Amino acid sequence: MELVLLLFIFVLAAFLGFELISKVPSQLHTPLMSGSNAISGITIVGALLAAGGTSETSGTMAIWLGFAAVVFATINVVGGYLVTDRMLGMFQSKADEKKQKADKE
Amino acid sequence: MNTETLINLAYIAAAVIFIFGIKMLGSANTARQGNRLSAVGMLIAVIVTLIDQQIVRYELIIAGLIIGGLIGVVAARIVKMTSMPELVALFNGFGGLASLLVGWAEYMRLSGTKVLEETVNDLNITVTLGLTSFTAAVIALAILIGGITFTGSIYAWGKLSGKLSGRATLFAGQKVINGLIAAAIIIAGVIFAAQPTAEFNYSILIGLIVLSLLLGILAVMPIGGGDMPVVISLLNSCSGLAAAAAGFVIQNNVLIVAGCLVGASGLILTVIMCKAMNRTLANVLFSGFGATTQQSGAKSEGELKPISAEDAYYVLEASRSVVFVPGYGMAVAQAQHAVKELSELLEDNGAEVKFAIHPVAGRMPGHMNVLLAEADVAYEQLVEMDDVNPTMGAVDVAIVIGANDVVNPAAKDDSSSPIYGMPIINVHEAQTVFCLKRGKGTGFSGLQNELFIKPNTRMLYGDAKASITNLVTQFKES
Repeated sequence: MELVLLLFIFVLAAFLGFELISKVPSQLHTPLMSGSNAISGITIVGALLAAGGTSETSGTMAIWLGFAAVVFATINVVGGYLVTDRMLGMFQSKADEKKQKADKE
Repeated sequence: MNTETLINLAYIAAAVIFIFGIKMLGSANTARQGNRLSAVGMLIAVIVTLIDQQIVRYELIIAGLIIGGLIGVVAARIVKMTSMPELVALFNGFGGLASLLVGWAEYMRLSGTKVLEETVNDLNITVTLGLTSFTAAVIALAILIGGITFTGSIYAWGKLSGKLSGRATLFAGQKVINGLIAAAIIIAGVIFAAQPTAEFNYSILIGLIVLSLLLGILAVMPIGGGDMPVVISLLNSCSGLAAAAAGFVIQNNVLIVAGCLVGASGLILTVIMCKAMNRTLANVLFSGFGATTQQSGAKSEGELKPISAEDAYYVLEASRSVVFVPGYGMAVAQAQHAVKELSELLEDNGAEVKFAIHPVAGRMPGHMNVLLAEADVAYEQLVEMDDVNPTMGAVDVAIVIGANDVVNPAAKDDSSSPIYGMPIINVHEAQTVFCLKRGKGTGFSGLQNELFIKPNTRMLYGDAKASITNLVTQFKES
């Protein structure tokens, strides 16, 4: 049952994903890609669970693998969000300037 | 309400936030808030995970978060906008690697415990604990997708940053070897899942890891630099699927939803890129496009006609309508600021200036838009291919900056050309075309470009930034 339920969620999410991004202006392709790339760092949840065990319950190897996973997933998440924000900031600053110009006129 | 319910509710909230975040990323006005919103969702997911009772010690977690966080912050801060594709590829690879490691760690944890069926709360709900065939199968899947994403992205990073040759690399029997590896992976995965608790399974697991890493390299190897936008968005999609697979491993819905959203959106971008090149995904992945120098060279008679910066200035000074067509060469030369300056001078001189952006110009989706935004080019000046082409005949000067295939007329009229059928920007219809190019060689794809020998084309040799700056100086001095 559990398996079917998980698959059900997976399939629904796939359709939702396709629906969400059917038409994106090409200007936003890069931020969308790097922003969604940051979201794929959600695997950090699994990494945290793996790194937080004890050697009695999980085994030493599993914990260290989890630790490495935490490091890489965190780079993905933190770096991904920051770089996307920086990129979008460049689009934004231009729009703001224009607004200010328009306000002056 | 117990902790577990609370955690699961928070995961649902995080998943909903991701959905809204991605939706907002798809529209120019809300994109930045969308990205920040999805960062909040991530923060919620991380914080509630920390109160999970499965986590009993925090030293390694804190150390890992600090190390990874520092590296991420520094990398995101110091990267130049021109190196953005490399960095995104690298981050992407790390995400894939993390999913692989999660799958591996979960195997190590479960292989120490026995499979047992437990009846919870006398409610007749049987929960299977330990390493079942299903868990083993999804572990294999997480490792496979994660491994391919990791080495594929690293290889793409090497190609993009110039550390490895950007050309498609083919060797004899490549397809056979890839096929054998894929077959070996499937067989190993089936054995692994069929006998999840067998002693020899750890060796199979290690074998799976090695083969997946190898396959990632071999899969990206035959893909040329010009097709990188497709590869990058496909790898992005894969990193999402790897996270979703890791979600099946630890039976966590937020991983499945978020991973699947990324998988789907990456796939859509990939399809958009392929359509822009009028090719199928299979053709991009397996054809080894541009590995050989093109043979249909019968037409490449005619001379390249160079022009000096001074003469180019006189032509520009007299023109009323100018279109810039940027390509990867502009990124390499970091010429975007100089281009912006020249465009302003031209406008002051009374010319109408536009930037024609081909959907696959550059090395990642939307690459040129990012660079020109960095240089403060107004968004209204950027026009898409379909909008600029009908007006091309009325354009006085088209300035091609380090673009090649996206302006190659062979795509229209030479049915033997590998890029035949790809939509291009019709710069050859403009009155005059200036091509800024470093030398006489062929472009990234290795194709001859007929545009360069058309009667109305003039070659402005040299580094793109130097050439543009030269033109700017000419304007200022007069």
